[in-house]
Amino acid sequence: MYQYDNFDQAILDARVEEFRDQVGRRLSGELTEEQFRPLRLMNGVYLQLHAYMLRIAIPYGTLNTKQVRMLGHVARTYDKGYGHFTTRQNIQFNWIRLQDTPDIIRDLSTVGLHSIQTSGNCIRNTTADQFAGATAEEVTDPRVWAEVLRQWSTFHPEYSFLPRKFKVAITAADNDRAAVQWHDVGIVIHKNEAGELGFRVLAGGGMGRTPIIGKVVREWLPQQHFLSYLEALMRVYNRYGRRDNIYKARIKILVHELGIEKFREEVEAEWQEVLKTFQDIDPREVERIAANFAPPPFETLADTDAGFDAALTADAEFAKWVKQNVSAHKAPGYAIATLSLKPIGGIPGDASADQLDAVADLADQFSFGEVRVTHEQNLVLPHVKKADLFVLWQELVKQELATSNAGLLSDIIACPGLDYCTLANARAIPVAQDIAKRFADIERQRDVGELKIKISGCINACGHHHAGHIGILGVDKRGEENFQITLGGSGAEDASLGKIIGPGFDYDGVINAVETIVETYRSIRNEGERFLDTYRRVSVQPFKDAVYGSN
Amino acid sequence: MPQVMTAYDVPTGDVVYWRGDGWTRDVREAVAFDDATLAEAASTRDAVAQKVMDHYPIDVELKDGKPWPTRYREVVRASGPSVRLDLGKQAEL
Repeated sequence: MYQYDNFDQAILDARVEEFRDQVGRRLSGELTEEQFRPLRLMNGVYLQLHAYMLRIAIPYGTLNTKQVRMLGHVARTYDKGYGHFTTRQNIQFNWIRLQDTPDIIRDLSTVGLHSIQTSGNCIRNTTADQFAGATAEEVTDPRVWAEVLRQWSTFHPEYSFLPRKFKVAITAADNDRAAVQWHDVGIVIHKNEAGELGFRVLAGGGMGRTPIIGKVVREWLPQQHFLSYLEALMRVYNRYGRRDNIYKARIKILVHELGIEKFREEVEAEWQEVLKTFQDIDPREVERIAANFAPPPFETLADTDAGFDAALTADAEFAKWVKQNVSAHKAPGYAIATLSLKPIGGIPGDASADQLDAVADLADQFSFGEVRVTHEQNLVLPHVKKADLFVLWQELVKQELATSNAGLLSDIIACPGLDYCTLANARAIPVAQDIAKRFADIERQRDVGELKIKISGCINACGHHHAGHIGILGVDKRGEENFQITLGGSGAEDASLGKIIGPGFDYDGVINAVETIVETYRSIRNEGERFLDTYRRVSVQPFKDAVYGSN
Repeated sequence: MPQVMTAYDVPTGDVVYWRGDGWTRDVREAVAFDDATLAEAASTRDAVAQKVMDHYPIDVELKDGKPWPTRYREVVRASGPSVRLDLGKQAEL
């Protein structure tokens, strides 16, 4: 993975000292909260319901084990023993004291971690396919270009005060695990007929109160022009983005209001201007960065392993876990293991300090020291020998990281909601917990098959409810929590926006309604048909009838 | 409806309530009032001194003579996450 050089480290060291000075001035009363707020936000320090919250960037969701252990150290030393992985592949700590923050970011900087680009109206930390560098589906490792993007965008003076925050996701596989169509800019790396690599550039996607799926700005961008084209696109947004109205300031509104054709024309025209002066990235620099993402030294193995096959036959629980949480790897004899942070009744995305330490140890032992974070709030060990899977699984069971539910209905995304967040109108985590408990029987979940439930505690949609096969949005209705259900959303390559099924439900009502919807699906599905496909075939009416009654 | 004044403590970010002679972490120790003027003045003074921030009054009911928030959001703020009863004020106070 990418190693920070002296230049990167010098930036981090300077940042630590700068922030220490700023915090000191705040604590002495020299800075007011109004003056200090933008400074703390630039370092990922938010004020939440119970305390300050620190958000730490995990570029493209990739961590080495020193970093994972450092996150455990922060959880144990400065927080209450746990952290929360987010839908942007970052981690948040919920119980941070301001006076500790300079020491925390100093500790983080020793392993190349920081909070840069985790807040503010800048280009945020870029997210990527969590299977990057491991899946055979991809045409190249997208993290190389995510890292190019990181270096280009970090502290970019022109893009530090954009009309609004700006989120980029990148993938190089047809199976979209990074929800690229739901981002301000989505990048899909693909190959042309000549076998060359290039980019499909999408723009104008986003969730929040105005959910819009991104549109293709350019189907084919030769890779050498990656940065000049993005420069042009950012300039168009920076110039025309709605700074007058925070609710209309995201690029999705600009693309929507201009129309994609006009937006494309603007970007292409600006690009021609940019090309006159802008030096696109030197291919040798791309090669230098790519060398950091060279595959680990895989052993030459047969794709099958007798011990693994025997364990599959001997242990039904292990076999279930493999079926659900293990994915194909590009190297023969290896596999990708998803570590569920969704134990039945647990808090989606939470990991304790002890679990983080254990994951680091297991990654060192079984996965070339690499860990990934998924936008669905799970962890991944990307490079595990099939021969090691059984031992790994046994260790994961001890750590409560082996729930066999990846992609099943208890693998729920939930935002922190009213339990932690100042913006929330309703709880999200308990809804996820109670749905998972209602369907605690994994066999029942396996029978239902792929079903993505996503829950947000307010209209800002951090829980991605618009993209849920079943989406749940918590709202405040005359002082009471109320939950709206949407059906038919998708965050994958077949992206779609969920539609509201009807009037909202109270807390108990929403859990019952989800169960009714799931049972309705089971009764009307065709053989082998996913929930999403059944919904697309029959539309909302059968579900509506079942939930509300036919009158 | 009676009210109490709440704010955040600057160095720790902890949720605090006006007790009349200073700030307390425990809403049950807060001073309830019908007229926010006095608490508002004290909060403004401490906000100017950068001891607390983001102060605002919340509605409370009196339980055994002690204030307790009426809005669920403020109950969570006064207690801790409903999903981690082992953490926050509900576990500490």
